[in-house]
Amino acid sequence: MSLGMVFAILGAALSTALAGFGSAWGVGIAGQAAAGVVSEDPDQFAKVLLLQLLPGTQGIYGLLVTFITLSNIGILGGEPITDVNKGLMYLFACLPIAIVGLVSAYHQGRTSVACIGLVAKKPDQFGKAMLFPAMVETYAILSLLVSILAVTNIK
Amino acid sequence: MAIVKMQKLSICANKKNRKAILETLQNLGIMEVFTEGIEDEDLKVTDTLSARTKYEKRAESYDRVLKLLSIYAPDKKKGGLFAGRDEISRADVDRIVQNRRMYNQDTVQIIRDEKEITECQGQIVKDRNQIESLVPWQKLGVPMNTEGTKSTAVFIGTLPEDATDASLYAAASKELPEPVCVSAEVLSSGNEQTCVSVVCLKRDAAKVEENLRAIGFARPAQVVEDVPSAVTISLEQDIEAQEKRIDELKADICSYAGKRGDYRIAADYYRTRAEKYKLLGTIPQSKSSFFLEGWVPADKAERVEKLLTENYGALVEKEEVRENEVEPTILHNNRFSQAAEGVLASYGLPQHGRVDPTFIMSIFYVIFFGMMLSDAGYGIIMFVGCAILLKKFPKMAEGTKKMMQLFFWCGLSTTFWGIMYGGFFGDAIEVVAKTFFGHTGGKILKPLWFEPLTDPMRLLIWCMLFGVIHLYVGLGIKGYQSLKDGDVVAFVCDILAWYAFLTGLILMLVPSSLFASISGMEIQFPAFVGILAKGLTIAGLAIILVMSGRDRKNWAIRIAVGAYDIYGVTGWLSDVLSYSRLLALGLATGVIGSVINMMGSMFGGGVIGAILFVVIFALGHTLNIGINALGAYVHTNRLQYVEFFGKFYEAGGKPFIPFQNANKYVEVKEER
Repeated sequence: MSLGMVFAILGAALSTALAGFGSAWGVGIAGQAAAGVVSEDPDQFAKVLLLQLLPGTQGIYGLLVTFITLSNIGILGGEPITDVNKGLMYLFACLPIAIVGLVSAYHQGRTSVACIGLVAKKPDQFGKAMLFPAMVETYAILSLLVSILAVTNIK
Repeated sequence: MAIVKMQKLSICANKKNRKAILETLQNLGIMEVFTEGIEDEDLKVTDTLSARTKYEKRAESYDRVLKLLSIYAPDKKKGGLFAGRDEISRADVDRIVQNRRMYNQDTVQIIRDEKEITECQGQIVKDRNQIESLVPWQKLGVPMNTEGTKSTAVFIGTLPEDATDASLYAAASKELPEPVCVSAEVLSSGNEQTCVSVVCLKRDAAKVEENLRAIGFARPAQVVEDVPSAVTISLEQDIEAQEKRIDELKADICSYAGKRGDYRIAADYYRTRAEKYKLLGTIPQSKSSFFLEGWVPADKAERVEKLLTENYGALVEKEEVRENEVEPTILHNNRFSQAAEGVLASYGLPQHGRVDPTFIMSIFYVIFFGMMLSDAGYGIIMFVGCAILLKKFPKMAEGTKKMMQLFFWCGLSTTFWGIMYGGFFGDAIEVVAKTFFGHTGGKILKPLWFEPLTDPMRLLIWCMLFGVIHLYVGLGIKGYQSLKDGDVVAFVCDILAWYAFLTGLILMLVPSSLFASISGMEIQFPAFVGILAKGLTIAGLAIILVMSGRDRKNWAIRIAVGAYDIYGVTGWLSDVLSYSRLLALGLATGVIGSVINMMGSMFGGGVIGAILFVVIFALGHTLNIGINALGAYVHTNRLQYVEFFGKFYEAGGKPFIPFQNANKYVEVKEER
């Protein structure tokens, strides 16, 4: 197996690992807050569950980039790459979603915690509460897009 | 796509009819009543607090009874989340109201039962604790507070350290005169305390006690005045008795389960009555008359007026809106768009005289949702599921119903985009054909348009185009609003100038090499378009620069404000880029779906492969549809709230809260 492949796989692994790390972190802290709310008011379960899930998407974005990378570099069928430069290109192409996924998922989790508190106090403001964490996610989406465009366009 | 016109009514009527009038209004449920603003020193309000509290308490105790019944005797035919309220007739209500004393007795009895159950449970816990504390003393054959007999002294107590019969005997009989007459027994040991009993002759008592104290002897803090084993048995019997009592009480509560429906009606009856008294307590009254004001939808004003005048001889007048008064907002839309009213309401309702954007928003909402979820299989599940729920539970609550309708339309749109992108549970058809049927040829399900993953740049450009259209429409609504207000200058300077400026910029960008390298499309316009683009940009720029700060007197500040507004073009850029989420989320659904199919097909063909495939397929796609539908919902909302509404919409409308029956469980169907 070539060195180029090693770099490419490093990139693929990082994007799932770091983005997943962030999501696990974010969903984790949001889940703690959600459990607290449900212990007081079980009727809010569905709402706080949705808010808890919001930071979970970064992990999926990371998985997505990993999958596209793996199929492009020849792990999941196709011609394996051999070029070192190409491998490095894949590595760097994966970095946006890996890094931004990690950081944004953590912060989205904290925003979700705050919004779970909001829903606990004012359940009718759920629509607005859902929007604040979604704002954070914008940057994960942008980095996902850059990663996808970069990975799919490496020739 | 409109806001319902409201009419303000003022009502003045004979005091003796006030309850009847309030009941009529409450049953109609189309008037938002308010009593502020009517002030006169001769008018007084009656204090209804005690009556209101009484009824609220009654309603609460019915609620409590219903909750208890649902714990002890769960209702088997309940419809869950979507069932909505039961429909009942006026006659049912009358029957309950006539027998309300009996029902009130029932609630008292049930709540008393519940209280006794709690007491019994408390007693059981207490008994168990005592049994627990008596475990180390079981070997003791005398009551724990025994101090001795005629000629002996008994020491019963605990030692901090372990001891055996022999060591205890040795310690207790230390330095005693011969013959030593001491009997020492270790009853139990462990848990950092050793329970012992020592018997000695009365003459040795003082010395033995001293000896025992020296090794840390202490009498137990709590003693039972009986033989411990006997006490344990009686406690166990008590627990049994309490448990039997609890069962009896539960059975008694369950015996009321048949009247559950009646309790629901009674609960709502009292809640409604409490609501009536709440209003009654704020109504200004003179010696023989009372006054009210309220909002009704304009087309129903006549009906209210006629009803009150004919039946109760009330004086009803149509009033002009006073200054500083905000009319409550009711939205009225066609069947498709009313589904999206909830989305608008959770951002904020429009004020009167402003545009209700529900109709336009609902179209974009459904399209964007479909683009983000973009899988025909998921779409079919969504719209079929929503259609079944809507059909099965026609009485579901209004908000839930609208939500379901919205998701029905979104499901249809998802199906459409799935077909366009060629996604059906990811690439399920290909994978199944390859794995189980040995298909080796080309694609079976060809996308109607193109597959996003093969050419993401192309779709990105399209997404931004949709974004530009969405934002232009938003700006257009703002323009419509300023024309409606008769402000032509604003229309030209704030709307047309921006259209010209932005369109010019876009037209200049499209033929550039930058655009060609991104999109891979070389687009050449005829020469005049280039000139037109430059002209539009400059004209727009100039108007914005000079006119944006037109309310400022100082020209320097005016130009500065204009320049700052031009800087706002960066906001447009970021708004348009924001629509790239249409692509990103669309790709996410498809790719994750493919990953699931790939994992499922890893076990190859054959029976076992097929079974594992079905299991993984079902679990994986359920998860995927859940998380991506959530993502699509959240981000569609975001595009509407932030990008679209940011261009024109000001909320600030007041929701219409009619004075109506406060029904939680039942819906009274009026015979007419």
